[in-house]
Amino acid sequence: MAIGADITGPGRPARAWLLPLAGRVEGFVLPVAALLTGFLAFAVFLLFLGKSPVDFYALVYKAGFGTAFSWTNTLSRAAPLLFAALCVAIPARLGLVVIGGEGAIVLGGVMTGGLAAALAGWPALIAMPLLAIMAAVVGGLWIGAVGALRQWRGVNETIASLLMAYIAIALMNHLVEGPLRDPASLNKPSTAPLAETLKVGDLPGWNVHWGLVLGILGCIFAWVLIERTTLGFSARIAGGNVRAAQVQGLPVGKLVIGFTALGGAFAGLAGYFEVSAVHGSANASLASGYGYTGILVAFLARHNPLAIIPVALLLAGFEASSGLVQRRMDLPDATMLVLQGFVFVAILASETFTGRIDLVGWLSKGGRA
Amino acid sequence: MAEFLTRRRFLSTTAGMAGAAALGGLAMPARASGSLTVGFIYVGPRDDYGYNQAHAEAAAVVKAMEGVTVIEEENVAETQDVQQTMESMINFDGATLLFPTSFGYFDPHILKVAPANPDVRFEHCGGLWSEGMPTNTGSYFGYIGMGQYLNGIAAGHATKTKKIGFVAAKPIPQVLLNINSFLLGARSVDPTITCQVIFTGEWSMAVKEAEATNALADAGADVITCHVDGPKVVMETAASRDCFICGYHANQSELAPEKYLTGAEWNWATVYTDMVKKTMAGEPIDNFVRGGLAEGFIKMSPLGPAVSDAARKQFEDTNAKIMAGGYAVISGPMKDNAGNVIAKEGEAFEETDVALESMNYLVEGVIGSTS
Repeated sequence: MAIGADITGPGRPARAWLLPLAGRVEGFVLPVAALLTGFLAFAVFLLFLGKSPVDFYALVYKAGFGTAFSWTNTLSRAAPLLFAALCVAIPARLGLVVIGGEGAIVLGGVMTGGLAAALAGWPALIAMPLLAIMAAVVGGLWIGAVGALRQWRGVNETIASLLMAYIAIALMNHLVEGPLRDPASLNKPSTAPLAETLKVGDLPGWNVHWGLVLGILGCIFAWVLIERTTLGFSARIAGGNVRAAQVQGLPVGKLVIGFTALGGAFAGLAGYFEVSAVHGSANASLASGYGYTGILVAFLARHNPLAIIPVALLLAGFEASSGLVQRRMDLPDATMLVLQGFVFVAILASETFTGRIDLVGWLSKGGRA
Repeated sequence: MAEFLTRRRFLSTTAGMAGAAALGGLAMPARASGSLTVGFIYVGPRDDYGYNQAHAEAAAVVKAMEGVTVIEEENVAETQDVQQTMESMINFDGATLLFPTSFGYFDPHILKVAPANPDVRFEHCGGLWSEGMPTNTGSYFGYIGMGQYLNGIAAGHATKTKKIGFVAAKPIPQVLLNINSFLLGARSVDPTITCQVIFTGEWSMAVKEAEATNALADAGADVITCHVDGPKVVMETAASRDCFICGYHANQSELAPEKYLTGAEWNWATVYTDMVKKTMAGEPIDNFVRGGLAEGFIKMSPLGPAVSDAARKQFEDTNAKIMAGGYAVISGPMKDNAGNVIAKEGEAFEETDVALESMNYLVEGVIGSTS
């Protein structure tokens, strides 16, 4: 590696092999330290409120990770977060900040609910993948359009994706209350309920649906794509320096549109699972904010698709414990949001330390004088 | 990845947690015999001056009952969220009677959780239970359209411009019945009154509610009511535009005491105390419970200072008629605002009539459209 060559001068061979390791360690230590800092800051906040941080974190552990039920709770909340986070993390490798995954989730759900009625008589083996694919396609088109706007019209992708999420929700309301409405859904306008054969079930022996497994596979797929393929390598170059990528002849435009579309496709799948595994029909409950929590997950994971998995579990655990915290400590529902805010700020702040800590020196000498 | 999914791992973490809980002094609430833990779940904040507050006020009444522990959770979405909250209340708090109060909690969420917890009773607000559904679930609802009709009478006397306004969430039957009832109440005072309705499209969207209220005031409406989850914004905005206001869901008089005429309030304490008593006594609860003013399921806010004597008299007379039963707000001959006949001569729909539950029209005199 080029950077390694700079350091490996005469008399300093011992450090060279440590460099990649140092990168790994830093990638792990910094977020964890930031997480702990966030927790600590929040503990102080709790003390000001006159509440015990020890009780608080014990409750979070208990309700998020402490029992078999807690794990069920956490895992079932994690599934949509995995997909939503991929919608942020994949474009992020190109340097794009896409925050409107909520729109793709909602439309993926509407596509599933709307199309399922037309596929009622079809064999599940064909209809189920078709529904999932169409949900992914509509999500991909929606966020891909954000990439296209960015590439061809120079529209800021962050603003565009956020605004398009509002359009998506309005579109969903229109469709669910209008053309796609099941006349039998009187006071909660919804699409016709999915046929039982088209519903996605739970994992054997678990009260957690298959979306979790697909989400984890999606994270692994995205990691391989980004870290182990030339396509991903090209994307990382373009994300690091667009000019350099263009000079190298890399298809930056296709990468931008392709990666945003891929992210959107994953968000669309989140919508597919919400409808086919949870709600059974598409309705306004689809817009429940998973897309926004996904932003936090992706940033905490530093846009590393594999890191999304534990981070999604962590945040899902926070949310799983929100109820018990409300009930036992008489803290408001917003408590978890405040904690997430503290952690988010700590993580963002920790980015400034990237590359500034001489881990190589530390590791080779056991710390500097 | 699958490693931490194993049962053994769960057991070890569980055991670890038991230790941690002991160290942290985290006492689980003891479940004394003969006591009952009741869980209330709200879709929004419990101090929203509206739908959720109406339930939370009743929960507070239950809380005061002997031998009852009440646990509450607010801002629970109509997603996986509510399923897990129900399970959490059952698993961690030993709740055996649950009131998940939002309409969207029932299908599919309660219907999924209930069969897995046969010893727990699920009582849902919205009136959706039907034969063939799990027998440990039930639903209750109130005929609050009558309350909006009485609101309309107060509004009909108070309006000078003969224009009244309604800020509505979505054009669904429950909401349409309230809009129609509000106008028909006002028209029982003066048949020239019209009511403009604006749909915000969302149950809780403060900005749109304020915009809609201002638009109604701009169009000349001088009495305004609403059907959204939290009426606070509508009430405050309307009062600031010098309009009179009629409340909904809960009592909003303290937001603008001089402008508040009256309000259609839920009185869930009647339902909840009855169901809790029956549960503690081991008596069965009907799976399908409904009631109106007469049954004490709904109530009217005390009339405000701006209500005239004539208005008070008509309000009280009509209230007495409704209490006596058989009163029909929708009665023929009546047309909708597109000119279609909705009730022929001699045809009348009482509050209990199921036909009202699929209402899809706005009556003549309502300015607005359901689509």
